[in-house]
Amino acid sequence: MTTDYIAEMLERIPDKLLPLDAWHRARGGRMVSFAGYQMPVQYEGVMAEHLWTRENAGLFDVSHMGQVLLTGEDPDGALESVVPGEIAKLPVNRMRYSLLLGDEGGILDDLMVTRRERDLYLVVNGACKYDDLAHMRETFPDEVVITLLDERALFALQGPKAAEALASLIPEVADLYFMQAGAFTFEGMSLWISRSGYTGEDGFEISLDCDHAAAFADRLCAIDSVKPIGLGARDSLRLEAGLPLYGHDLDEETSPVEGDLIFAISKRRRAEGGFAGAERVLGELADGAPRKRVGLSVEGRQPVREGAELFLGDRLVGKVTSGGFAPSLGVPIAMAMVTAGVAEIGTALEAEVRGKRIAVTVAAMPFVPHRYHRVNKT
Amino acid sequence: MSRYFTEEHEWVEVEGDIATVGITEYAQQQLGDVVFVDVPAEGKQFDKGDEAAVVESVKAASDVYSPVSGTIVEGNDVLADEPALVNTDPEGDGWFFKLELSDASELEGLMDEGAYKKYVKGL
Repeated sequence: MTTDYIAEMLERIPDKLLPLDAWHRARGGRMVSFAGYQMPVQYEGVMAEHLWTRENAGLFDVSHMGQVLLTGEDPDGALESVVPGEIAKLPVNRMRYSLLLGDEGGILDDLMVTRRERDLYLVVNGACKYDDLAHMRETFPDEVVITLLDERALFALQGPKAAEALASLIPEVADLYFMQAGAFTFEGMSLWISRSGYTGEDGFEISLDCDHAAAFADRLCAIDSVKPIGLGARDSLRLEAGLPLYGHDLDEETSPVEGDLIFAISKRRRAEGGFAGAERVLGELADGAPRKRVGLSVEGRQPVREGAELFLGDRLVGKVTSGGFAPSLGVPIAMAMVTAGVAEIGTALEAEVRGKRIAVTVAAMPFVPHRYHRVNKT
Repeated sequence: MSRYFTEEHEWVEVEGDIATVGITEYAQQQLGDVVFVDVPAEGKQFDKGDEAAVVESVKAASDVYSPVSGTIVEGNDVLADEPALVNTDPEGDGWFFKLELSDASELEGLMDEGAYKKYVKGL
């Protein structure tokens, strides 16, 4: 018998700890392994935390995510070679959702890009960050400098009371609208704050030095409307908001058109192409894609979860990519990747769960309306 | 009447040759908010260790195994409409099913309350 020493060695690499690891544990956070980190999955319970965030304000520690700076010579051009979004004309302190594409047009990661005065600031998924860095280094010219900000923590403060709560500490954040960002200071801490998030609610994402993270989290949680919220509720909130989770609803095989993310392909880029996978992506824009990410409403109370196969009669027509119980709606919901022929809203399908067929219907997303603080609203 | 426990965090309450089965307080805490329970129908037969019921929380689906062999005499139908009973009263009204024991000697392999408490402490 041989021993696989390398596999053994890899198995022994422990999870990394968040800068706020002790803070979470002290507040009753139940820690689980996620994306190579010990992360709080819940404090008092997923349901209560989910509903709290929809009604008040929830503080999420998402420091496992990758915060990356692009500087040097023409970072715009380099980034545009691997994403289908408009980067060159993105104004200072504005951000957009984009997709890192492979040469075949599959999605390697989804990310947020912000133009700042002196750099492009990216936030990428924790589970993909090292692969993203390697991919960018390999495809970008040497003159583009790529820096992982691993000394920065990242918080999200989400919910209808998030703006009031954060403005009680930093009044100027009230001036930000959805997908705008800026630099702020608070008691000697320098903060990068954007009005954005992953719950469908109004809210902010706050980047700050790891050394300040606990103090700032304490200041936020001292406000009556703010509670720490775990990964479990983060997942159910984003599912209700119809927002895809990379590695589940999107993967390397999935194109932006299949992922129902056409909005992330900017007008100029459609006309000009010139990004990785453009041939496939532009072809699918013109002729349609073979598959599409859709929402599903589920009959009855039993959740239909990731991996469940979907049928139209005897024909396998897709697979559930994430699913669960929607606390705000009191019913199960799901996202799925289905063949184009059954992607129309209202199409009746069946999901197979433990040998049993459950009726599902293709449904419009978001399941719970977004409540972003957009520019055209007051 | 005596109560037994399994390493899978089920409890078994035995009265005569009828065993009532549910999940423990520890199990409901681990599961979190229960949103769906599927209990077996009357007449179904299970061997010890068979998947007998399903409990789903917001987070995940879990199987409930039959801790002993027997034939179902009743499933707790109330759980269909009130799955949260599993959270609020797991070792009482939140019971899953009752079965008629086919081999009472299987109970000897289960833990009593003291042993189970010790087992949970060690987790």
